[in-house]
Amino acid sequence: MKSFTKLQTLNTEHRTLNIEHGTQNIKRESTMSLLEIKNLHAQIEDKEILKGLNITMNPGEIHAIMGPNGSGKSTLASVIAGNEDFEVTDGEVTLAGKDLLDMDPEERAGEGVFLAFQYPVEIPGVSTANFLKASVNSVRKYRGQEPLDGVQMMKLMNEKMKLVEMNKAFLSRSINEGFSGGEKKRNEIFQMAMLEPKVAILDETDSGLDIDALKIVANGVNQLRNEDNAFLVITHYQRLLDYIVPDFVHVLVDGKIVKSGGKELALELEEKGYDWLIGDTATV
Amino acid sequence: MANKEQQQDQVLQEVTQGEYKYGWTTNIEQEFAPKGLNEDIVRFISAKKNEPEWMLEWRLKAFRNWQKMKEPRWPNVQYPPIDYQAISYYAAPKKKKQLDSLDEVDPELLETFNKLGISLEEQKRLTGVAVDAVVDSVSVKTTFKDKLAEMGIVFCSMSEAIQEHPELVKKWIGSVVPTSDNFFAALNSAVFSDGSFCYIPKGVRCPMELSTYFRINAAGTGQFERTLIVAEEGSYVSYLEGCTAPMRDENQLHAAVVEIVALDNAEVKYSTVQNWYPGDKEGKGGVYNFVTKRGICKGDNSKISWTQVETGSAVTWKYPSVILKGNNAIGEFYSVAVTNNYQQADTGTKMIHLGNNTRSRIISKGISAGRSQNSYRGLVQIGKGAKNARNFSQCDSLLIGDKCGAHTFPYLEVKNSGAQIEHEATTSKIGEDQMFYCMQRGMDEEEATALIINGFSKEVLKNLPMEFAVEAQKLLAISLEGSVG
Repeated sequence: MKSFTKLQTLNTEHRTLNIEHGTQNIKRESTMSLLEIKNLHAQIEDKEILKGLNITMNPGEIHAIMGPNGSGKSTLASVIAGNEDFEVTDGEVTLAGKDLLDMDPEERAGEGVFLAFQYPVEIPGVSTANFLKASVNSVRKYRGQEPLDGVQMMKLMNEKMKLVEMNKAFLSRSINEGFSGGEKKRNEIFQMAMLEPKVAILDETDSGLDIDALKIVANGVNQLRNEDNAFLVITHYQRLLDYIVPDFVHVLVDGKIVKSGGKELALELEEKGYDWLIGDTATV
Repeated sequence: MANKEQQQDQVLQEVTQGEYKYGWTTNIEQEFAPKGLNEDIVRFISAKKNEPEWMLEWRLKAFRNWQKMKEPRWPNVQYPPIDYQAISYYAAPKKKKQLDSLDEVDPELLETFNKLGISLEEQKRLTGVAVDAVVDSVSVKTTFKDKLAEMGIVFCSMSEAIQEHPELVKKWIGSVVPTSDNFFAALNSAVFSDGSFCYIPKGVRCPMELSTYFRINAAGTGQFERTLIVAEEGSYVSYLEGCTAPMRDENQLHAAVVEIVALDNAEVKYSTVQNWYPGDKEGKGGVYNFVTKRGICKGDNSKISWTQVETGSAVTWKYPSVILKGNNAIGEFYSVAVTNNYQQADTGTKMIHLGNNTRSRIISKGISAGRSQNSYRGLVQIGKGAKNARNFSQCDSLLIGDKCGAHTFPYLEVKNSGAQIEHEATTSKIGEDQMFYCMQRGMDEEEATALIINGFSKEVLKNLPMEFAVEAQKLLAISLEGSVG
């Protein structure tokens, strides 16, 4: 409630600062960034996956994370969202200056963290509409806003569904149950549109999508993009980045960012693969 | 005090000893029967209720049967032996202490009411706070009753029915659950205190759910309830018993009997929500709920449908059943049974197919949490002469945590080769991935659990009357509070 007002104030500051500093310096020491990940170490069952990862995201930016299988991309998404399967052993993650690691997953969601799941989960018997109603009103409650009633909720859903060209029939179906791969991913973006997050993480949202579905998903993301939010796009393929154009591309290898650059880095990776970068880390 | 007690004892003695000589005609002032059970006590109860001779004989016959019977030990539940001679079998309905405002009510109870969304007026009724004369339950009752009476529907307490409609009661009582049926049914028949009677005449569709009415008045339900519903040819009634509000009762043993009769083309929908005190988190206390519920589709094209939501009681032993005697008859059983902490439930149904083209459908959803044990026990029996009988059964169990148990005991007895029987069973756990998905979307642990279990129970909850379904959903969530994580 109070915290959210504070968050919004802070965000306004970011925007101003952003304009002053531009968006070039991605590693600058700033407390005004939107999402700040510093020296993040995380493990699962005693196996260290993230080994000192740093990323700074400012409002309005899109960052892409690429990297070979097993480099820790999905782990990073899970850790930011607060999945308790992973243990954070060192480092910090802050959203607008607030310590996210101290918060439960639902508090992070309330603060504005959204994860578009790589494998969206089926919940039998729970309609998409009911799921979203519970979700949106929980987040609103956290933010000190009045819950939406049935009519308002329906109106909002109808409006947001158009972003990803989803059919109303989805609302009454059990969430993700029997959905095709493409339908599941579109549903994730639809949920994102409903919740209007500050930081959205797209975990391999493009995997399993044909080109038409990919365009729909990318188009949805582009419409949701604004000066106040930021996107972290995790992908294997350069293809998605033709449609969601990133400001920065980071290469994650063995739990660390080994290279960062502009969107052209993605093209280079597409051409050369990751081997030349993996070689680099081995010598470090 | 001592004097008063002595006086009471004396009166009681006089009364109990006097019964053979003078019979029972007038009101007796004692409010309690002494502990224990014998023929005199049965006579006492019958006299207290001013019952006709045939009713007393019926009770005595039941008592004599009961004496020869043994308490069943086959259910998958455990509880210490019950001393049937240590129970008092009659207490006049106690007047609840009248309170002046809700401020005097246990705040924990009020919190639960609020979570269930029970209106303030009804909260007052349930807790015994004085209410305006306009909404007083007695006047509500009268209004409904007049309206129903115009259509020839009888809906009253069992005691009243015995006085006012003895021919109907005599004809149908014990016709579905005979006095010798089982140990608890025999006990109930001998000592039942009260209950409900419902009669729908030929061709009448009862225009309202007999639910709201009942919920208002059900707060003081007794220990040995007896309910009888008779639907004449072509009639329809939807009947709802029970209460989502937590029911505390000092009586530990509850043994109710419900009988339903559906004649040609009649349909009875019976829904119940049971939320008796389940005992504390360590498993101390709690009600033993041993219930016999059975309906008979006596006529052709008749239908009986049971829907139950069971969240309360320390021990539940209950198998609402349907005897499908008429041709083309339909029997349905929809059940959600939740057990938490140390609760034990052994519940299910029996579908007895006797007529041709009879169909039955069983949907059972068991949810176990804590250290509880939840068993589904069901029998599908197809008689030799039942041509083209069909049954579909689905038994799903959901486990929360790793210290609880879910068990399924399906029995099948098929004596006609033309029968079609399908049985599906699943056991699953609330997945951590499901929980995380919900929480990432902003729901806390309890909201997430509630959402998932309501989804799991949806097929059953959708059969409940609308307003009750909403309360039942909340009830499921409340019953499982604190069980996840």
